[in-house]
Amino acid sequence: MGKYTLRRLLQMIPVVIGSTFLIYAMVFSLPGDPTAGKCGERPCSPQYVAQFKEKYNLNDPLPVQYVKYMGNVLQGDLGESQYGVPVRDELADRFTTTLKLGVVALAFEAIIGIGAGVLSGLRRGGFIDNLVLVSTLVVISIPIFVIGTVLQLYLGVKWGIFPVTVGSDAPWFDLLLPGMVLGSTSLAYLARLMRSDLSDTMRTDYIRTAHAKGLPQGRVVGVHALRNSLIPVITFLGYDFGALLGGAIITEGIFNIHGIGGYVYRGIGDRDGMVVVGTVTVLVLVYLLANLIVDLVYGLIDPRISHD
Amino acid sequence: MTSPHTTPAGAGSVAVDHPLLEVEDLFVEFHTRDGVASAINGVSFTLEERETLAILGESGSGKSVTAQAIMGILDMPPAKIPRGQIRYRGNDLLTMADKSRRAIRGPEISMIFQDALSSLNPVFPVGWQIAEMFRKHRGMNRRDSLDEAVRLMERVQIPAAKERVRSYPHQFSGGMRQRIMIAMAIALNPRVLIADEPTTALDVTVQAQIMALLQEIQDEEGMGLILITHDLGVVADVADRIAVMYAGRIVESSDVLPLYAKPAHPYTKGLIESIPQLEDKGKELFAIKGLPPSLLRMPPACKFHPRCTRAVEVCRTDDPELREVEPGRFSRCHFAEEVLGE
Repeated sequence: MGKYTLRRLLQMIPVVIGSTFLIYAMVFSLPGDPTAGKCGERPCSPQYVAQFKEKYNLNDPLPVQYVKYMGNVLQGDLGESQYGVPVRDELADRFTTTLKLGVVALAFEAIIGIGAGVLSGLRRGGFIDNLVLVSTLVVISIPIFVIGTVLQLYLGVKWGIFPVTVGSDAPWFDLLLPGMVLGSTSLAYLARLMRSDLSDTMRTDYIRTAHAKGLPQGRVVGVHALRNSLIPVITFLGYDFGALLGGAIITEGIFNIHGIGGYVYRGIGDRDGMVVVGTVTVLVLVYLLANLIVDLVYGLIDPRISHD
Repeated sequence: MTSPHTTPAGAGSVAVDHPLLEVEDLFVEFHTRDGVASAINGVSFTLEERETLAILGESGSGKSVTAQAIMGILDMPPAKIPRGQIRYRGNDLLTMADKSRRAIRGPEISMIFQDALSSLNPVFPVGWQIAEMFRKHRGMNRRDSLDEAVRLMERVQIPAAKERVRSYPHQFSGGMRQRIMIAMAIALNPRVLIADEPTTALDVTVQAQIMALLQEIQDEEGMGLILITHDLGVVADVADRIAVMYAGRIVESSDVLPLYAKPAHPYTKGLIESIPQLEDKGKELFAIKGLPPSLLRMPPACKFHPRCTRAVEVCRTDDPELREVEPGRFSRCHFAEEVLGE
């Protein structure tokens, strides 16, 4: 297991280098003048442009720029945004918020998704099954910004159950509604995954054996079937966590959450390369780590997978 | 209609008045999209302690469904039991409350399945799966139940049982896995053991070992054994009585040796003749022509007549009863005496 982990960590190095270089190249080799529009209505002064190019190493060839950038990253310096704020400080702050949002979304998704999937998988073709199938289809087919704004309007503005927007220090309660919105699509997929896997598992020979052992239905389902059916579900949840963090831009926008989604969105608009590359690099790392954790957990919950 | 049975004297039965297990006029049907499939059409038999009853039949003859009906592990729906009784020591299992039935499943009647790899849960250690019987039925704690599991694994001759108790099913060979199935089935010392094709998935040498183990356990524990198989060779050495099933009914039942010597039903005769014989080397192997009938569209009258070489008009119009043609021999054929006399 230790050897496997080490090998996987080493494999992450080329992936990180490759993906960050691609992003860096894309952001900094975009056509157009990165200083355009930085100085209001008039063009920027030659001194400003020179200073700007010096600061971001824009006079060097691209690979050299990248190596210089990565050198700083390795020392923990993600550079400064165009407003002179260190990207690292801003990211640390915003990442905590997005992480909290992701945790809320994941918890919501896991609890409701697994629950709904189990109920419908046990009674295929029953009322609950049809209810779950139809409602998940509805959720999957509606874009997230529609779900977000509609729920915000009713649960937030009209009925006042949840706060309309999230406060600047992002308290957990404020994040409940945005978390549900963010997790809704994945929840629908998860419920369907759980449903089909459980109903397949219930037809296996070892479930027949469990019945033949005289075990009560609750134990047959809750221990013998679920332990098997949860393997793909946990895998899905792990991969999805990485995706949730990166995919929170729309939800963060609707609920005015100061997370990394809004940050990277603004960075792209401002052509603020340091912000975009820094944020995406962190996201790539988080995604790779989430994948690694999933694969390690996979070996723990499925004894047939060996990491030796 | 109940077929009589030969019971060794002093079988050690607790309920003296009732046979250990009686199946009477059992019907099982499956409600499918294409209609009602009648899998079992009036099966009756009796099993005593220490007795081995072999139920023989090809795929779809209803032998496994019979076993699952006795165990109470049929999926209902789609399965339905419209008629019949299954009595364990005189108590009808089919009308019993769920909870009392569960208390019988495992401690009183238990079952071994064909494919041990798919029948064992892949994500739990084998010891855990055996120990679960003691934890759930006897309320034993973790450590004691695991000790029991080791004892049982030694009993079924698994080498290094103490170390292997924590291994998972996929880490065992096919024969060892079937031994684990057996250990689990006999854990609570059941009085009826149903073995549903226990050796079909194994190679020949291992088959013999598993059958020997089953016999040894039966000799020691004195339980009644129902051996479900399609393999005539397996039956001859082990069984006391044999019931041949065709299209969801018993077509012939008898003590084992007379049946092999002189079958009383054309189907049984066909089965025996299709066993390869060493002296027939070079000759074409005999085969019963045609296929078993679809459960959805049963032929009228005798279900075997479309494949029977001696079928005449009466076979197409009159359904033969299972009748005693010799003491202890039952056949469901209009011409049983003639078949017997051949």
